[in-house]
Amino acid sequence: MVVKTLTGNYAVAYAVKLARVNVVSAYPITPQTTIVEKLSEMIEKGELNARMIRVESEHSALAAVYGAASAGARAFTATSSHGLLYMHEVVWWAAGSRIPLVMAVVTRAIGPPWNIHVDHQDILDQRDSGWIIAVAQENQEVLDLTLQAFKISEDPRVYLPMMVGLDGFILSHTTAPVDIPDQELVDSWLPPRRQPYIIAPESEVVMGNIAPDEDHFMMRYSMAASMEAAKKVIEEVDKEYGEIFGRSYGGLVECYKCEDAEYFVVIMGSWAGDAKKAVDTLREQNIPVGVVRIRFVRPWPREKLLEILSGAKGVLVFDRAVSMGSTGILFSEVAQTLYPLNISLKGLVAGLAGVDVGPSRIEAEILKFIKQAEEGAIYTPTEWILPEKYAGRYPSSPKEVIAK
Amino acid sequence: MTVNIKRIPKKKFLMPGNAACPGCPETMGMRYLKMALGDNFVMVIPAGCSSVIQGIAPRSGIYAPILNIVFAAGASAAAGMKAGFESIGRKDVEVVVWAGDGGTGDIGFQALSGAAERDDDILYICVDNEAYMNTGIQRSSLTPYGAWTTTTWTGKREHKKNIPLIMIAHGVKYVATASVGYPTDFIAKVKKASQIRGFKYIHLLAPCPVGWRFDPALTGEIGQLAVKTGLFPLYEYENGKFQLSPLARRYKDPSNRVPVVEYLKLQGRYKHLINKPEEIKKIEEYIESIWYMIDVLEKAFNPKEEARKLLGSL
Amino acid sequence: MNVNSKPVLEEPKTVFFAPISHPSPGSVGKTGTWRTHKPVVDLDKCTGCLICWLYCPEDTIIRLENDKVSIDYEYCKGCGICAHQCPFDAIQMVPEG
Ligand SMILES: Cc1ncc(C[n+]2csc(CCOP(=O)(O)OP(=O)(O)O)c2C)c(N)n1
Ligand code: SF4
Ligand code: SF4
Ligand code: SF4
Ligand SMILES: [Mg+2]
Repeated sequence: MVVKTLTGNYAVAYAVKLARVNVVSAYPITPQTTIVEKLSEMIEKGELNARMIRVESEHSALAAVYGAASAGARAFTATSSHGLLYMHEVVWWAAGSRIPLVMAVVTRAIGPPWNIHVDHQDILDQRDSGWIIAVAQENQEVLDLTLQAFKISEDPRVYLPMMVGLDGFILSHTTAPVDIPDQELVDSWLPPRRQPYIIAPESEVVMGNIAPDEDHFMMRYSMAASMEAAKKVIEEVDKEYGEIFGRSYGGLVECYKCEDAEYFVVIMGSWAGDAKKAVDTLREQNIPVGVVRIRFVRPWPREKLLEILSGAKGVLVFDRAVSMGSTGILFSEVAQTLYPLNISLKGLVAGLAGVDVGPSRIEAEILKFIKQAEEGAIYTPTEWILPEKYAGRYPSSPKEVIAK
Repeated sequence: MTVNIKRIPKKKFLMPGNAACPGCPETMGMRYLKMALGDNFVMVIPAGCSSVIQGIAPRSGIYAPILNIVFAAGASAAAGMKAGFESIGRKDVEVVVWAGDGGTGDIGFQALSGAAERDDDILYICVDNEAYMNTGIQRSSLTPYGAWTTTTWTGKREHKKNIPLIMIAHGVKYVATASVGYPTDFIAKVKKASQIRGFKYIHLLAPCPVGWRFDPALTGEIGQLAVKTGLFPLYEYENGKFQLSPLARRYKDPSNRVPVVEYLKLQGRYKHLINKPEEIKKIEEYIESIWYMIDVLEKAFNPKEEARKLLGSL
Repeated sequence: MNVNSKPVLEEPKTVFFAPISHPSPGSVGKTGTWRTHKPVVDLDKCTGCLICWLYCPEDTIIRLENDKVSIDYEYCKGCGICAHQCPFDAIQMVPEG
């Protein structure tokens, strides 16, 4: 084990190297670019024995690693924002064919206008596709999750591709000390690549010709079943990883000061760190609040959330992505999970395009929410935390704009 | 390289009972592909008639392992497959893209150009039936001038995009044109290409009875007429050298060519222009321009060194 | 050394429906029923040149011992290419009765 000061992007690259990936392909896009740059360097220096395909687009990048994976290789790609949207068609194709594959997504806003800063609009746009989707909070977790992604994706109970999200710039370009596990230890923990079939002369497998509608239907059903099975696999992998490498994160969700909490913040990604700071401050004032950090968006941790939140008085969801015409995306997931419970529920859309929110604002929002909830159960699907520049000039609910 | 029909093994090269229309040029081509390559290859097939021809799972009508892939990703998925095989020590597996003219010259062109420029070790075959047949005969950039399609009801106004020439301009290892009308020529070209490492491109003309509106018994004959009229010259470009295929050489001389109306009149897609001399003239002029270009290519990429020197001194 | 040089094919451990097929005849059934005309070979005229066999888009021409040919009527779609290409006029297209 070595501790190095690494950016989130380099942490991804080190994990890919430790997983002994055979084929890498990617196309540059800020803030993902330094992942491929680092991997190219590792390959050219002979530190990583892999093929690098320098494609002409992201559509081709994912198609290329998917082709390699179909032939039996462990393969990896990385992208962000418009690159991910450009891949979208292949994202679905890869999942539907049940070929294990790993992709890093450096989360970034979607244009127009051009913007390279963090939000979760890009990765959450993929949530119906059949990929396992996880999002990290910090650089160490980026490395650990990327490494685990190979084991989860290649587990015969799962056989679905997996994407690992890390927040643009906040993680991707910010350094932090990262433990890099020993290669021998990784080799003994991560088995050789497993997959359900390969497309090769001797296998005579044909992937993807037209199937009867009923069978097509059952393929979707079986993906859903594998997503359910993945929940257990994710917990297992998190636990054994902790035993071997000394770090566990709680599996599908991380609970922070949840045990005696009455109010909860649900949040995902790097700003969960800010939420934890806010909770620390509130705890000093004996306010019973905790943070539930969503680590996996797919499979959605329904059972676990119900277990944690069923005794809650209120749940406040922070969303860095919105489904236009509806609510924040995590909010709608949380709301449908908590539907049978009579809990105060509020969704806040904030931090789009990297607009800073910070611990003190989160703290204020929690206090406001608790006050509202104590006055009587509330259900507020969407409020927006507007950037300081515009706050006060516009109502926090888009609905009120029309009412005026 | 010559191919003796009698020496081709007595075995199956296609699974009968597939979904191709009667007289389909694509299944003809698939048989020749397997005759040329034997068993050690995989196919990558982007959306098109060939996706449908396979028929209904769990059976497949094409006698080969296949990765079906989204429309635009034929070349990129194949490049990845090849790298995947190589990275696990299987350098011998041939990866073949089998894509339509739309999958090649339109939506898949970016990926094709990328793979060609990288010199990825794959064999790319464009099965050119001159329209989007799978979606019901819409024009592609490879539909020829004058042809009726369901998006060019009065005939396409632009000429066919010359993809093989664009591939030559990429400086790839091997480019050839072929026609299902001349099976052994195509088989020989596939065999030759499979022995070359790097990017190989073969453009296979595939007259489609459904989209071109002719009697399905004529698929082979129309494939021959395209060559005999001079519309579709057969040639090879290999490592910087260009040459007309032996059976096409005689059509360099216009007096040896079959008049193009003989080709046009067999096809319903040209019905509206068959009595318009000015339209026929346009097509004849196109043939002239094609052969002018062949002449230039022969001089520019001549196996004889003098011509190359000549060009160098210009 | 690359420990991952060979993938392991392992059976999935959940309900598993994958979009997988294998080459086999009849992927849309017995296509012989599509025919309006059927090719009939005159073995006396047939020289065994195999031109028809080469051009048949369906692989439904059977090579006999001496390379003379017969037709697999279960799947032949009746396109008529074989009859059109035969240099010896040894195949006739006959309306299906
Ligand atoms: C992204 C995308 N756009 C459109 C289609 C619909 N589509 C399927 S096949 C096809 C045309 C295929 O034409 P070509 O490549 O010439 O092959 P052919 O069917 O003629 O053999 C189209 C437009 C698709 N499958 N995917
Ligand atoms: S439309 Fe043409 S190319 Fe497509 S399957 Fe039918 S005959 Fe073949
Ligand atoms: S083409 Fe005619 S002569 Fe030749 S094998 Fe076929 S039927 Fe016999
Ligand atoms: S009619 Fe067509 S399908 Fe039938 S044997 Fe002749 S060429 Fe083959
Ligand atoms: Mg076409």
